[in-house]
Amino acid sequence: MSKLLLLGDEAIGQAALDAGISGVYAYPGTPSTEVMEYVQHSKQAIEGNVHRKWSTNEKTAMEAAIGMSYAGKRAIVCMKHVGLNVAADPFMNSAITGANGGLVYLIADDPSMHSSQDEQDSRFFAKFAYIPVFEPSNQQEAYDMTYEAFAFSERFRIPVMIRVTTRLAHSRSGVVRKNVQPQNEIKLCDNKKQFILLPGNARVFYRELLAKQPILEKESIQSPYNTYTPGSDKSLGIIASGIAYNYVMENFVGSQCPYPILKISQYPIPTQLVEKITNECDAVLVAEDGYPLIEEQLRGLLNNGKPINGRLDGSLPRDGELNPNKLAVALGLQDTYGADVPQIVAPRPPALCLGCPHIDSYTALNQVMEQYGPGKVFSDIGCYTLGALPPYNAIYSTVDMGASITMAKGAADAGLLPAVAVIGDSTFTHSGMTSLLDCVVENTPITVFILDNYTTGMTGGQDSNALGRIGTICKGLGVAEEHIRVITPLKKFHETNLQIIKEEIEYQGVSVIIPTRECVQTLKKKLTKK
Amino acid sequence: MKIDIILAGVGGQGILSIASIIGYAALKKGLTLKQAETHGMSQRGGDVQSHFRLADHEIASDLIPMGQADLIISVEPMESLRYLPWLSPKGWLITNDQPFINIPNYPQQEVLSEELNKLQNKVIINADKMAKELGSARSANMVILGAASPFIEIEFSAIENAVSEVFARKGEDVVNTNLACLRAGREFAQKNK
Repeated sequence: MSKLLLLGDEAIGQAALDAGISGVYAYPGTPSTEVMEYVQHSKQAIEGNVHRKWSTNEKTAMEAAIGMSYAGKRAIVCMKHVGLNVAADPFMNSAITGANGGLVYLIADDPSMHSSQDEQDSRFFAKFAYIPVFEPSNQQEAYDMTYEAFAFSERFRIPVMIRVTTRLAHSRSGVVRKNVQPQNEIKLCDNKKQFILLPGNARVFYRELLAKQPILEKESIQSPYNTYTPGSDKSLGIIASGIAYNYVMENFVGSQCPYPILKISQYPIPTQLVEKITNECDAVLVAEDGYPLIEEQLRGLLNNGKPINGRLDGSLPRDGELNPNKLAVALGLQDTYGADVPQIVAPRPPALCLGCPHIDSYTALNQVMEQYGPGKVFSDIGCYTLGALPPYNAIYSTVDMGASITMAKGAADAGLLPAVAVIGDSTFTHSGMTSLLDCVVENTPITVFILDNYTTGMTGGQDSNALGRIGTICKGLGVAEEHIRVITPLKKFHETNLQIIKEEIEYQGVSVIIPTRECVQTLKKKLTKK
Repeated sequence: MKIDIILAGVGGQGILSIASIIGYAALKKGLTLKQAETHGMSQRGGDVQSHFRLADHEIASDLIPMGQADLIISVEPMESLRYLPWLSPKGWLITNDQPFINIPNYPQQEVLSEELNKLQNKVIINADKMAKELGSARSANMVILGAASPFIEIEFSAIENAVSEVFARKGEDVVNTNLACLRAGREFAQKNK
C-alpha cells in the first residue's frame, strides 16, 4: 500500500477508523484537535456513520465513549493534557469498570507549553489510574499503536492511553495503512454489574485491576515497541521513551550508537528490561519528553544505586521539550549551533486578528473599568486571553476553563468589587455554566461577559455547542432576563455599549453581557467557500 | 543525501503551501520526509516556523538540530533572521525582502537590510513585486520557492509538476501564474546567488 503523508494526529485518526471505531468523542485542544478534524473530513467515517461531532467538554466526551464501549463498540476520545483534568473522574473510574468494546484515550501533551498553561505529563495520570500507555515515537508507530490499542483494550478489558506530545501530533511523515476492520456489533458485558461501581462491586473490580498489572507488565516486556539494542560501550546505557528516542538517535545518524539503548514506548514500565540495562552498564541516561517518570522511579528516593543521568541531575533541562541538541550535550557529544539571532529581531507574539470582535469588547470594557482601578477582570482560556497583552492589558487571570466566573465570584465574596469575568462562548458551555449557577444561587454582584463569536476560535474555528443557546442557558440558570444584555462589538455601537456595560457593572447582582459577532477567521473561511 | 530546511514566516502567510509542494515532489521521488509544523496559538499573527527534513534514508528527529539546517526559506525578512541559530555555516538563506509589520517595534528597513547583507550565502528577493507583475500578489510564496529551488536536490521539473498537481483544482490560470512565479524566482536566484 502506498504511503500517506499524515500528521501524527491524522495518523491516529486514520488508524482508529481502520480499527473499526464507531465513534470519536473530543473537545478541541491544541495539540489534539486534528484527530477529530481528520475524521470529520474522512469519507470512510461518513460512509461508516462514525460519530464525529464535538462534545461540550472532555468529561462529556469521555463518558459518551465509555457508553459506546459499554455497548460493545469501539470508541476513541481525544483531548489535550489539561483536558484530562476535566475528564479525570470518568478516566479514573473507567479503569475500575474496565472496557467492553475497545476504548482508547488519545492524550496530547504539550511540553514547552507551546499553546498551554502547563506541561503536565499524562503518563503520570495513567500510572495513577493503572491503565496501560502506548507512547509512539513516530507517525507510523502512532498509526500502528492506535490500530492495535483497540484489540488490546478488548483483550485485557481495560481502557488504553495513547500519549503523544506536540511535536509528534503536529509533524507530518509517510504512513502505511493496515486492513480496514468492520465495526463491532452491539454486545453487552457478560457480567451485567461491570459498570455498576457500588462500593461492593468496585472493591472486587479494583482488585481485578490490580491483578491485571503484572499481566500488563509482561505484555510490556514482550512488546515489539519496547526494544533493547545492545552496544559495545557499557560505560553508559540509554533509556529513551517515545519521541525522545529520536532525539538520541539523531546524534548517531550515519554511525552506530555505541551504548546499549532501551526504547520504552509501552507501559507499565517493563522492569525486567530496565533491570537488564542498569545491571549491564556503569551509568544510565534517561531521556523522556515530559516529566521524569521513568527516571524518578529508577532513582528512587535515596538515589543510592548507579549514577542516573537525566532531568533530575541536570544532565537534561528540568523543564521544556527535548531536542537533538539537548541530547548531544547530555551524551557529551559536540553540540552544533549556527549564528546568534541579531538583536534587531523583535519578538512577534500572537495577537488578536485585525477586525476581531474581542478588540471592540476589550476597548469598551477597559474604558468603563478605568475608574475602578486594575485587577478586577478575570478571564479564561481562548483567543481573548490575548487581552492580557498590550495594548489591551485588560485581564488579570487565566487559570483553567471556566475559572473566570468562579474566580470573580470568590473575589466578589472577598469584597473585591466590581468583579468582572470574561469568557468565550465555547468555554462557557464547556465549564462556565456551573460557575454561573453558583453566582445565581447567592446573587453575587458580578458581571459576566460571554464573548459570543459563534465558534471555538483559538483552536481554529470548530463548531461551538453554545451556538444560539447562550441567552437561553443564562435565563435557564436563573439570571434575570433584564440583566442579560446582548451587544454588538462594533465601533459604531461603542457609546451604546459603554452605557450598557456601565449599568450592568453598577448593578448589585448577577448580570451577563453577551457581545455577539462572528469570528473574522470563520467568516473569511465561509466567504471563500462561497 | 539529506536536506534540512527551516521554513519561516508570520501566521497566515502560507509557508505550509511551500512545504506541501516540496513534500509532494519528494514523495514522488520516493524520499522520506518529516515536517514539524506550528499549529495553535502562534498562528494568530505570531512568528511561525516549520522544520522540513528530506532524505534518501530514515530520518530520526522531527526537529532539525541547531547549526545543521541547509536552508532557511522565509517569506518575511525579519523572520528569516530569527532562525540563524539553526543554519549551518555552509547553509543558504532565501528570503522575501518585503516586511510584514504587525508589531510596534519592527526594525528599520536599513538596519534589517544591513543584517541580511552581513550573511555570506543569501538570496534576497522582492517576491511581492515579482508575483504582482506576473499576475498575482498571492503567489509571492511560489517566487520564494523558485528562488530556493536551485538549493534543493530535486529536479526542477519534479517541483514544477508538484505545483501543477497541488494547484490543479484551482484551475489552469492559477497553475500557470504559480508556475511563472516559480520560474522567475529560480531565474533570479541563479543570477544572484
